[in-house]
Amino acid sequence: MQRILITSAFFAALIALWKAGTVVGGWSPVLLPPPEAVAEYLWGALKDGSLLEASLVTLKRLLIGYAIGVLIGLPLGLVTSTSEIFQDTIGALALGLQTLPSVCWIPLALLWFGQTESAMLFVVIMGTVGSVVIATSTGARSIPPIYARVARTMGSEGLDKWTRVILPASLPFLVTGMKQGWAFAWRSLMAAEIYVTILTGFGLGHLLHYGRELSAMDQVIGIMLVIIVIGLLADKALFAPWERFMHRRWGTGVVK
Amino acid sequence: MSTMDALVAAPAAKLAVEHVSKWYRTTRASVQALDDVDLAVNEGEFVCLLGPSGCGKSTLLDIIAGLTPPDGGRVLADDVLVQGPGGRRLVMFQESALFPWLNVFGNVMFGLRRLGLNAAQRREIAEYHLNLVGLAKFKKAYVHELSGGMKQRAALARSLAPDPRVLLMDEPFAALDGLTREQLYFDLQGIWGRRKKTIILVTHNVREAACLGDRVVLMSPSPGRIREEFAIDLPRPRDINTAEVAAIAQRITSALRGLSCNVS
Repeated sequence: MQRILITSAFFAALIALWKAGTVVGGWSPVLLPPPEAVAEYLWGALKDGSLLEASLVTLKRLLIGYAIGVLIGLPLGLVTSTSEIFQDTIGALALGLQTLPSVCWIPLALLWFGQTESAMLFVVIMGTVGSVVIATSTGARSIPPIYARVARTMGSEGLDKWTRVILPASLPFLVTGMKQGWAFAWRSLMAAEIYVTILTGFGLGHLLHYGRELSAMDQVIGIMLVIIVIGLLADKALFAPWERFMHRRWGTGVVK
Repeated sequence: MSTMDALVAAPAAKLAVEHVSKWYRTTRASVQALDDVDLAVNEGEFVCLLGPSGCGKSTLLDIIAGLTPPDGGRVLADDVLVQGPGGRRLVMFQESALFPWLNVFGNVMFGLRRLGLNAAQRREIAEYHLNLVGLAKFKKAYVHELSGGMKQRAALARSLAPDPRVLLMDEPFAALDGLTREQLYFDLQGIWGRRKKTIILVTHNVREAACLGDRVVLMSPSPGRIREEFAIDLPRPRDINTAEVAAIAQRITSALRGLSCNVS
C-alpha cells in the first residue's frame, strides 16, 4: 500500500511539473500541450474506440512476432551454449543481429514483403531473435557445472538431464532473455508501425505517425504515454509471476 | 514396507581401483594428477582419502564416480568396469549442489525417478531418508532457507535415497563451522551404522579422517600417489575429541610430515 502511494505521488509530481511548465514556460501549446489537453485527446480516442482498436492491432502483432521470436530464439540460445563451435557461429550471428538496430530491417522488409503484415512481423521477429539467443546462451553457460555433475551421478543423462536440470537451472536466465526479447520486440514493432504504412490495421505506431503529420502534439504525447503504460503492464502481467516464482525458490530479489 | 526392505537390504559394494593414472593437459604443460594408483575397498568399508591439496584425491573420486575417465588403468565396481556415472556411485560435494528450483523433498526425490518405483514408493523412500538425516520438518523448505549444515544433511539424504552401491564424499564438511561439523561426524556414523554403505570420503582434515574412517589412505602430491595406509580399529561411534582419535591423528600427521619432506 505504501509502495503504491509513493509511486502515485511520484507520477503526480511529474504531471504537476509538466503542468507548471506549460503555465510558466510560455511555450506554444502546439509544441507543449498541457496535461489536460492530452487527457482530453486520450478520453476522446477511448470513447470513439480508435485507441482501443489501435492497441489491439499493435498487441496482436507484438504477441505473434514475439512468440515466434522466442520460439526460434530460446532453442537456438540453448544450442549455442553447448559448444564453442556454435558460439562462434550462431552466437556471432545473433550478436550481429542484436547490434543492428531493428529500424535497419525496414527497407529490406519493405522490398521483400511490400506494405504488408508480413513485413511488420518480419521486423519484429528479426528484432527479437538475436537478443533472446544472446541472453539465453549467456545464461545457460553460467549455470554452475556442478548441477549437471551431480545429476549425472544420479543417473540423469541426455534428455532427462536437459529437462530436469539444465532447463530449470537456467530459468533465471531464460526469464531475463525473454524480458530482453520483449523489450526489443516492442521497439521493433513501433519502428515498423511508424515507417510501414499499411491498410490492414492501424496500430499505435500509426497513430503516433499521423499525430506528427497533423502536428497534433496532444495525440503524439498521448500515444507515447499509452505505449509506456502498455509496456509496463505487459511486463507485470507476463514476467512478474515468473520472477516471483524464481525469487521465492532461489532466495533472490531482495537487496538489503 | 516391502520396498523399503528391498532397498535397505541391498548389499554394499566392492570397489577396485587398478593402476589408475591421470594427466591434466593444458596448452602449455601436462601435469600428472595421479600416478599408478591402486586401491581396493571392501563392502561396507568407510575409507578416508587424506592428503594435502593437489594430491589428486578429488580427481581420484571423480574417476571412481565415472565423471572423469582415467588416462591409464581402470576402476571396477562390483567387478564391472566403470565407464560412466551410471547412478550407482553417488557423490556428495563440498558445496551441497542442491537444486534451488526444488524444495528439500524434491531434491531427495530427484534420484528416485529412474528406479522403476511408483510415486507412493518414491515418496515413502524420500520421507524415510529425510527422517534419517533429521530434516523431516524442513521438507518443504527451499535451499536458500537452509543453514550450511542442513544443506549437507539434505545432500546426504539425496545421495542415500536412491540406494547407491558406493557413497563418494568430496570434502563434504570443509565449509562448515566446527560445532556443526562435529554433530555431523556423529550423525554420519549413526547413519552409516544403519545403512552400511561403502563410503569413500576425501578430506584434508587429519582428525576428521581418524574419527570417521575404518581405514585412512594417505596420498602425496605431484604426482598424486598413495603412500601409506592406516587401519583404525576404534569402537564406534567415535567422538573426535577423545584421546584415542587424537593419538591416531598424531601418528598420521607425523607420517604426512615425513611425506612432505620426501617430496620437497
